[in-house]
Amino acid sequence: MQSLSNRKKVVSDKPMTFVEKLYLPAIAGGMWITFKHLFRKNNTLKYPEEQRVFAPVYRGMHVLKRDEEGRENCTACGLCAVACPAEAITMEAAERVKGEEGLYREEKYAATYDINMLRCIFCGLCEEACPKEAIFLTDRIVPSEFERDEFLYGKDQLVEPMNARIDVTKRQHTGQRGKK
Amino acid sequence: MDSGLIIEKLILVGIIFTISLLIAMYATYFERKVAAWFQDRIGPDRAGPFGILQPLADGVKMFMKEDFIPSNSDKWLFILGPGISMFTSLITSAIIPWGEDLTIFGSSVALQVADFNIGILFIMGVLSVGIYGIMIGGWASNNKYSLFGAIRASSQMISYELAMGVSVITIVMMTGSLSLRDIVQDQHGMNWNIFYQPVCFIVFFVCALAETNRAPFDLPECESELIGGYHTEYSSMKLGFFLFAEYVSMFISSAIIAILFFGGYNFPGMDYFSGNTLAILSVVAFFSKIFFFIFVFMWIRWTLPRFRFDQLMHLGWKNLIPIALINLLITGLVIALNKGWF
Repeated sequence: MQSLSNRKKVVSDKPMTFVEKLYLPAIAGGMWITFKHLFRKNNTLKYPEEQRVFAPVYRGMHVLKRDEEGRENCTACGLCAVACPAEAITMEAAERVKGEEGLYREEKYAATYDINMLRCIFCGLCEEACPKEAIFLTDRIVPSEFERDEFLYGKDQLVEPMNARIDVTKRQHTGQRGKK
Repeated sequence: MDSGLIIEKLILVGIIFTISLLIAMYATYFERKVAAWFQDRIGPDRAGPFGILQPLADGVKMFMKEDFIPSNSDKWLFILGPGISMFTSLITSAIIPWGEDLTIFGSSVALQVADFNIGILFIMGVLSVGIYGIMIGGWASNNKYSLFGAIRASSQMISYELAMGVSVITIVMMTGSLSLRDIVQDQHGMNWNIFYQPVCFIVFFVCALAETNRAPFDLPECESELIGGYHTEYSSMKLGFFLFAEYVSMFISSAIIAILFFGGYNFPGMDYFSGNTLAILSVVAFFSKIFFFIFVFMWIRWTLPRFRFDQLMHLGWKNLIPIALINLLITGLVIALNKGWF
């Protein structure tokens, strides 16, 4: 059979020659290889100081978006929770009362919205399921914690703050690939 | 003996002790750096600029750890083991000639603590005592793995000491003296023994690797099989002593390799200098040789995989000892021919 990679090597068990038995040439060869590595550039990234550039479609920590007027997009329809293969999302819906029109865009909103970041597999299906463009995965990293319950992210961590809006345009383009 | 000599020797002992410990400390740092370079990594670089405070941090870590003594162990021997290891690896530095004589305040100061006329025998003797540190430590731990490591260490050291001894005898025959200073002075300038005895050097170097328990002969402490070998049960500064003793003995064996084969403190063109300039330059030459061999020790460690135990014994008894003996015989014949015995 023709070899696919052209890297096939036929092994044999023929007895070693005297030079091979000395091992010293082989050792010198090995030491030359390691010596060449002394001058090779290393690929280490000094993490806290340097950060890797993420791919535009990177899926990191979630954000619950607000619209242009600062109203929360989420209507607590629960489609994200249904779509979630890891069952990481839970929410409770509540009805908007008079006077809260500036806070929530539609009549129903999520009173609580929790994502368990230890369960989440960052697949992005919640984002795809969302009909209101409310949830997006961003290029932020979920920080490490000491306790497990600190990974249960509530609305206070997920909803984007008014004074520090989070850009999700990169995800919006990819997210709309399927639609028209 | 006058008090001036005693004070002079005491100062010299203090300096050599400090230097050995400092070099051993920074050998741990360079071991990690060199390993990192060989593996295309950066290595420790967080403690201080380029990580040069890393050995201090490691030392503090060692001191802060719990000093644990297993309840089933032989307590006194357990404490004695690392002490013997450390003591024997430090004591060999006493007879090493570090350079040409210095002249301070009109009096000549020999840069050597003691010029024994049996210097090289002293080293061989101390090396054999060095096994006891590991053997006692492994035995007193009352742990299978420790005992295995200790047994391996002692059998390895006994096997390789023979070949080492024979190759040392070859050098002694060429020089006609057991004193290290005579051996060094015999290699004046560029007249180094390596050019006459390359085979002897290879045998001696392999044995030195085995005697210091460095890779590829680090069977006594192989992590994968013996979970640390003889120092499995050790913690805190006792473990630190064992690890430190390895680096001190690496330093000392580099020095001895430099003395026996690479001219010690001799360097080409040394006849153009004299007095204190010569002394300082010779010390610099000697230390650069030592550092080069420490680097080679590390280089080999991060290149070669560990030997299997039967391969180790095979290499020691069936290859190195016959090679060393034949080399000894040929050297003897050549010396006899040169002296006109035939």
